[in-house]
Amino acid sequence: MHFAFTAQQLEFRDAVRQVLAKECTTADVRRAYDTAPDRPADSPRWATLAELGVTGLTVPEPQGGLGLGLVDLVGLVEEAGRVALPEPLGTTTGIAVPLLADPSVGGTPPTPTALLGDIAAGARTAAVADPRWPDAPVPGADGADILLVTCVGADGPELHVLDGAQTAVTPVASLDPTRRLGLPVWEPSAATALATGDAARTALATSADRAAVVSGAELLGLADAMIELTAAYAKDRHQFGRPIGSFQAVKHLLADARVLLEFARPVVYGAAWALDVGVPDASRSASAAKAYASDAATEAARVSLQVHGAIGYTWESDLHLFLKRAWALGEAWGSAADHRARLLQSLLDGR
Amino acid sequence: MDQPTDQPMDLHYTDAQEAFRAEARAWLDGHAPPPGTLPSLDTAEGFEAHRAWEAELAADRWSVVSWPEEFGGRGVGILEWLVFEEEYWRAQAPLRVSQNGIFLLAPTMFEFGSDGQKARFLPPMASAAEIWCQGWSEPDAGSDLAGIRSRARRSDAEGGWVLSGQKTWASRGAFADWCFGLFRTDPDAERHRGLTYFLIDMATPGVTVRPIPQIDGETGFAELFFEDVLVPDDRVLGDVGRGWNVAMATAGSERGLSLRSPARYSRAAERLVDLYAAVLERDPDRARRSADAVARAWTDAEAYRLNTLWTATRVLDGGSVGPEASANKIHWSQTDLAIHRTALDLLGPTAELHGDGTDAPWLDGYLFALAGPIYAGTNEIQRNVVAERMLGLPRG
Repeated sequence: MHFAFTAQQLEFRDAVRQVLAKECTTADVRRAYDTAPDRPADSPRWATLAELGVTGLTVPEPQGGLGLGLVDLVGLVEEAGRVALPEPLGTTTGIAVPLLADPSVGGTPPTPTALLGDIAAGARTAAVADPRWPDAPVPGADGADILLVTCVGADGPELHVLDGAQTAVTPVASLDPTRRLGLPVWEPSAATALATGDAARTALATSADRAAVVSGAELLGLADAMIELTAAYAKDRHQFGRPIGSFQAVKHLLADARVLLEFARPVVYGAAWALDVGVPDASRSASAAKAYASDAATEAARVSLQVHGAIGYTWESDLHLFLKRAWALGEAWGSAADHRARLLQSLLDGR
Repeated sequence: MDQPTDQPMDLHYTDAQEAFRAEARAWLDGHAPPPGTLPSLDTAEGFEAHRAWEAELAADRWSVVSWPEEFGGRGVGILEWLVFEEEYWRAQAPLRVSQNGIFLLAPTMFEFGSDGQKARFLPPMASAAEIWCQGWSEPDAGSDLAGIRSRARRSDAEGGWVLSGQKTWASRGAFADWCFGLFRTDPDAERHRGLTYFLIDMATPGVTVRPIPQIDGETGFAELFFEDVLVPDDRVLGDVGRGWNVAMATAGSERGLSLRSPARYSRAAERLVDLYAAVLERDPDRARRSADAVARAWTDAEAYRLNTLWTATRVLDGGSVGPEASANKIHWSQTDLAIHRTALDLLGPTAELHGDGTDAPWLDGYLFALAGPIYAGTNEIQRNVVAERMLGLPRG
C-alpha cells in the first residue's frame, strides 16, 4: 500500500504546469474562442506538449511513446483542466490512444499503429464519440485528425476510425467554443472498422471507464482553478469596508467547495490506478471518480459564480472560461447521476 | 514536508499486511461478542461491560495495535491499524469506550508526555483499567474554546495546582476514571497563551459529576465541577501556559486520522446497500426514490477511505496533517449523517420504531451522527479553518 504519486510523476506534472502557465493563459484561451487553428495539432502549445513527451505519454514505446498509464497521465490532464487547455489532451492521450492500442482492436489502414506514432509525434489529435449517445455531436470532432466513432451493427456495437482530413464534419455550436463539437458524416465499412462483436464490446466498455476517469481528472483541475481564482477575488474585493472573503457566508461557500475537491482527488487517482492494474471493481471506481469529480467541479462553478457576483456573469471576467468547460465536461462521459446509478447497480450485482 | 518516493502507486495491502488482517480476523471471530449484545456504553452497566471487552482485547494486545509494545501495543504502523479497524468493524465488535483516551489523548501524550507520564498512563489506558473523558468545553466556551474560564492556581504549599471551575459536555464523563482538561493558569496572558493541559484523577476530592441525559435519554456526557481540586505537578501535559498548543494536537487527532477510521463508514455504507436491496424487494418504487442518495452515501464513504489512505501515505513519507484535518472532520461527519438519513428514508414508517427486533440501530446511528457536525469543533468553525488556512481568506 502506497497511495501517492512518485517523485518522477510529480516532477513531470510540475514541468507541465509551468509550461502551461506560460503558454495557456486566459488570454490564450480567449483567443481560441475567436480564432482556433484548423486543427488543434497546429497549435504551438500542442508542439510543446509533444516535445515534452506528453502527447506520447500513453503511446506504446514501439510507436515512439513512453508507454505509461493513467496514473502517470491523470496529474497532467488535471493541469490541462487548471488552464482550461483548448487542445484535446485528455481525449487524445487518455481515451483515444489506449483504445487504438487495445489488443482487441485491429483494422485495416490507416492502422492504429501508424496513428499512434503520429499522436506521439504531436502530428495528430483525436476525437472519440461516446457510444451511449450515437446521435450526439462529438466533442473535438471539428478539427480532429482521427475520429473514433461507433455504430450498432449485426453483432452489436462496432468501433470505427475515420481520417479527419477525409471526413466531412458539420460543426455544432457549444456554449464553450473550444469544445469544437461536430457531427461526422460517415458510413460504416470494412475499411473503417477497428473492432466488432465481443472485441468491440470489451474495448468500448473499458474505454468508457477510462473516459470517466480522464474527464474526471480534467474536472479536478478546473475546480481547483475556479476555487483559486475566486479565493483571490474574495481577498481583493471589498464591501462594507472589508474583503468579502472575511465574511463567513462567503468563507463557508468556498470551504465546502474546497472540501469536495479535497475528497474528489483521491477518488480519481485511485480509479486511475484501478484501471491500470485492472482490479475486478475498476468500473465501479471509475464511476465513483466521475461522479465525485463532476460534483466537485459543478459545485466549484456554482460557488465561484456566486462569490464573484455580477462581474462573474460577464464576458470580461475570466471565470466563464472555466465555468463553461466544467459544465460541459460534468455531463460528458456520463453525469454524476448516471455514474451513481451505474455504481449502485454494480454494488447490487456484487452482493 | 513529505518526501516523494520512487515507490509506484499501489493500493493493494502487502502480503504481510494481509497476514496481519487474517490474524486479526481470526482473533475477532473467536472473541468478539455477537453484534448488539452489549448494553449501551452510555449506561453504568454497559460502561463496565465495554470495559471488560476492552480488557479482553488488551490481554491479547489488540486494543492499541499501533502503540509500542512496552505500552501494550504491537508496534505496527498506521496502515496496519487501518487494516485492524476494517476487521474490527467487519466483526461489528463493540464501540470503543476508551476512545477519548486511546485515539485522542494518547497521540498527544506520545508527542508531549514525559517518559514518566507515558509509563504511568498509557498501559492502563490500553487495558481500559483507566478510562478517560475530555474536559474542554465550558458553559461559556464552546466553539470559542479559548474563552475557557476554569482556573488552575499554583500552590507551593500543597505541591501542585488547585483547579476550580466547570466543564461540560464531557463525553463518557458520567463514568470515566480520568479526565484531560484545559484550565487557565495565567489570567493575565493573552487568552490562547494562559492555558495549561491537566491530567485529572476523577476520584480526587472536589470533583463532582452531574450526568446529562442526552437526546436518546442515556447519559453519554456530563457536567464536571471542580472545587479546589489538587493536581500534582507531574500531571501537567506539556509546558505550563502552552495548553492551547497541546490541545490543538489533540484536536488534530480528533478531526484527522485517528478518531474516525474509514472502516466505520465503509461498513455502514455496505449495510445501507443491503437495506436498499431489501426495500427494493418489497417496495421497489419507494426504494428507487432513494437510489441516488444510497449511491452518494456509499461514494462518500469510499472517498473517505481513499482520502485516509492518501493521507496515511503522506504521513508515512514524512508529511503531516495540518488544516486538512478540518476538511476531514467536515467530510466524515457529513458522510455519517448522509448514510443514516438515507437509511431512515428507506425505512419510512418503521424508521421511528425503537423497540427490540426493530431497525432501531439505524435510528440510534442517526442520533449519534447528528452530533458529528457539533462535537470536535463545530463544522462551521472547521469551515473557517479551511477557508483561512487552506484558501488564505482573511480572518473575520
